[in-house]
Amino acid sequence: MKFKSVFDIIGPVMIGPSSSHTAGAARIGLVTRELFGRQPKWAKIYLYGSFAETYKGHGTDIAIIGGLLGFDTFDERIKTSFELAKEAGMTYEFIPESGHTEHPNTTRIVIGDDDGQMELIGISIGGGKVEISELNGFPLRLSGNHSAILVVHDDMPGSIAKVATCLAEQNINIGHMEVSRKEQGQMALMVIEVDEPIDDHVLKEIAMLPYITQVTKIAE
Amino acid sequence: MKVLFRNVKELVDLATSENKLISELMIEQEMLVTRRSREEIMKQMDTNLTVMEDAVEKGLKGVQSTSGLTGGDAVLLQNYMKKGNTLSGTLLIDAVSKAVATNEVNAAMGTICATPTAGSAGVVPGTLFAVQNQLNPTREQMIRYLFTSGAFGFVVANNASISGAAGGCQAEVGSAAAMAAAAIVEMAGGSPQQSSEAFAITMKNMLGLVCDPVAGLVEVPCVKRNAMGAANALVAADMALAGVTSRIPCDEVIDAMFKIGQTMPTALKETAQGGLAATPTGRALAERIFGADFVKGV
Repeated sequence: MKFKSVFDIIGPVMIGPSSSHTAGAARIGLVTRELFGRQPKWAKIYLYGSFAETYKGHGTDIAIIGGLLGFDTFDERIKTSFELAKEAGMTYEFIPESGHTEHPNTTRIVIGDDDGQMELIGISIGGGKVEISELNGFPLRLSGNHSAILVVHDDMPGSIAKVATCLAEQNINIGHMEVSRKEQGQMALMVIEVDEPIDDHVLKEIAMLPYITQVTKIAE
Repeated sequence: MKVLFRNVKELVDLATSENKLISELMIEQEMLVTRRSREEIMKQMDTNLTVMEDAVEKGLKGVQSTSGLTGGDAVLLQNYMKKGNTLSGTLLIDAVSKAVATNEVNAAMGTICATPTAGSAGVVPGTLFAVQNQLNPTREQMIRYLFTSGAFGFVVANNASISGAAGGCQAEVGSAAAMAAAAIVEMAGGSPQQSSEAFAITMKNMLGLVCDPVAGLVEVPCVKRNAMGAANALVAADMALAGVTSRIPCDEVIDAMFKIGQTMPTALKETAQGGLAATPTGRALAERIFGADFVKGV
């Protein structure tokens, strides 16, 4: 079941005008920002399908930039995100693509600064809910049926065990888990689907573990 | 994931056999799924209700969208209604005006609560705040109205779609109107079965509705589709309360909506390429708002 909570239906509280094109877009931007862990200096945003056709009208562009600035769907600052991006020193470019994607509301976001860059493919599935289908070239086979924790970490022995132990201590059951890496000893990614809702303090505890670069949650 | 109901039949059967309201089952399922307390869940819905009240209040004072395409109609409707000579009745026009108010606020990038989406956010609160004047519900009953709507929306979202880009307007305003109809019935004292009849009757009359926003904006025809969604919900609720039933069971109507959405051309699913968006006036408006380059793309 993609929609678990009644508040996926009666909610979210958000800035208009579109739950999929505004709220969903802001959420994808926010997840991207949280995974990057800091304010990006630049952003290239590729838009597909209905996103490409109607992004201006729905404020999809304003919303994604708002998300990249760290604003949630109900944050009224989204309305002025272009000006606020300037203040934050972030440049951005929107590139509508004609290519066909599986879901009509898809975006590929590439962000970066002097220290590195990150790439993510996000899908807005309706009602403000989003899925992340790819991160830095790692395909994410998330069912979308469970809450998921994404952990970017260094490919070092023990890093996975420490995260699993941390979740066990919080009485959180792992339903599905995938680990992948670019090269041995380089950046790696853990995708952990769990049965229980994830509290923010759990993310904070994981973030404090050794070798962990970034932690975020999606599809709750 | 363990849930109490996966379709409308399970929902109605459980409500009937346990003699519980549909809203109660939605609350219990939410407690089960999220492991949160009843108090927390009720409080969050209370907050959402307040957002809806604020949006209607703001819209009834009059708002304008940036594009200039929508705004001010809620005020016109309220003024007309207050003269007391409406043809379709005060309650219905009140619901219509409050649905319009919410969507005008949404179009103006104001704060709303998606029900189930932003583009269809007017129907559920619009009908709620109109029937409120006739049924005099308690605050808890008003919150329950949202849970009843949510229970049906939950089924549609998981078994079909609530996305205009995936299923057309029938999936958005269609779902919202049907959800509202079911909730009106519960608030008016109808049975769970009557709620499902009202849902089915409403949805059947929304089938095939395309998503064709002018200039891609959630304004034309979205605001007025919310108005008609509210009217549709109220009439269907009255029909169900009168004892009228749907020949096609609720879950099959939802399935039909899903299949119609799948076969609907992409041009009519929130791409602003077909329908009203592709009319000469629709294109001219898009060009006025975004310039010729944008329209070429359309």
